[in-house]
Amino acid sequence: MTMKEQNYEMALDCFLLAGQIMMESGAETYRVEDTMLRMARSQDIEDAQSYVTPTGIILSLGRRQITKITSITHRITDLHKISLVNNISRKLTLKIITLDEAYDELLKIQKTNYFLPIHVQILTASIASSCFMVLFNGLWSDMPVAFVAGGVGHLAVTLVQEATKVKFFSEFFASLVVGIIAYLAVHFELGTELDKIIVGSVMPLVPGVIITNAVRDLMAGHFTAGIAKGAEAFLTAFAIGSGIALVVGLF
Amino acid sequence: MEYILQIVFSFIFTACFGVIFNAPTKAIPYCGIVGAIGWIVYYYINHMGVQEVQASFVGAFVVAIVAQIFARRFKMPMIIFNVSGIIPLVPGGIAYNTMRNIVELDYTLGIQNGMRAFMISGAIAMGLVFAEVITQLIMRTFNKGKTSMQSFARAKRRTQKFK
Repeated sequence: MTMKEQNYEMALDCFLLAGQIMMESGAETYRVEDTMLRMARSQDIEDAQSYVTPTGIILSLGRRQITKITSITHRITDLHKISLVNNISRKLTLKIITLDEAYDELLKIQKTNYFLPIHVQILTASIASSCFMVLFNGLWSDMPVAFVAGGVGHLAVTLVQEATKVKFFSEFFASLVVGIIAYLAVHFELGTELDKIIVGSVMPLVPGVIITNAVRDLMAGHFTAGIAKGAEAFLTAFAIGSGIALVVGLF
Repeated sequence: MEYILQIVFSFIFTACFGVIFNAPTKAIPYCGIVGAIGWIVYYYINHMGVQEVQASFVGAFVVAIVAQIFARRFKMPMIIFNVSGIIPLVPGGIAYNTMRNIVELDYTLGIQNGMRAFMISGAIAMGLVFAEVITQLIMRTFNKGKTSMQSFARAKRRTQKFK
């Protein structure tokens, strides 16, 4: 293998890794494609072609006939990683760092967990749920219940997701827990409006990012990705809805 | 007074979602600002008597424009600012009512509420895309017809000068 071929091999790995990290963190399809192709053009590979779907990426370096596939098995929302990869692509395009350095940094980004500690996340989910009461004409006296229910809901979705790795089930379970807490609170007269408490507490689970991305992808012409993400969003909404429906139906 | 209360709480609400979606720490307050501006525009228009669908469209439009400004200012992808910004506009309550009506076998009301939720989310998405396209058009006029690659090359030359 000549020196140059080896270089192309690494360039391909580097671009593909950038695309993979972005897709796994919940970036839009057009952004993933744009980032990979811009990085390729900055390395004087003008005829690179890519095909990006939410479950896998195919990248080819054109005439040199090297093509690689990477599959994407899990997708979460991690805006910090998207921003970091974006920075690296920017630096590489402006020739501030070399391809080797970019690849090393990407490997480091892939391994690191940038999420804030779990208790901070739960606290913010709780605060968000209780703020909802003010925004949607709820009662101030319902805020403590929403605070507890929202936090427990977020904790449940995190724990069950880690234990089962089935997204549908963890969301269903979390909304079921939220529904039961809200129902018990209203039953023991700690809260008043069951509907408002439940809606506020499931807000942190709502697939807002996926819905937005689905429509944006459809409008950008990525129909495969748009439909797939739409299906994902629908499944999440259905999971949350059926968890709540079970509580409402039972009592 | 009512408006100040709404601004403060929508700011906290959106910033909290910034944390849940793991936005970069220094961007989180700006996520809150984007959400608060979008929400107060929606709230004001809705109180003037405009339908919720149109109000959502305008709210999302404003969210996307403010997000675009922050994205250019901080050199971060726009998605960071607008995903948490639109959360207050998402029709969570109506979607919940739809589900509840269907479970209680009131299908007519269920479909009615479902249609409302669908129209509002469509309006939000349209607002986002329209704002993005329009700002891009304006930026292109500013850059005097340069394509994105040309402006990239110009930025490259500029950084080399600084070295």
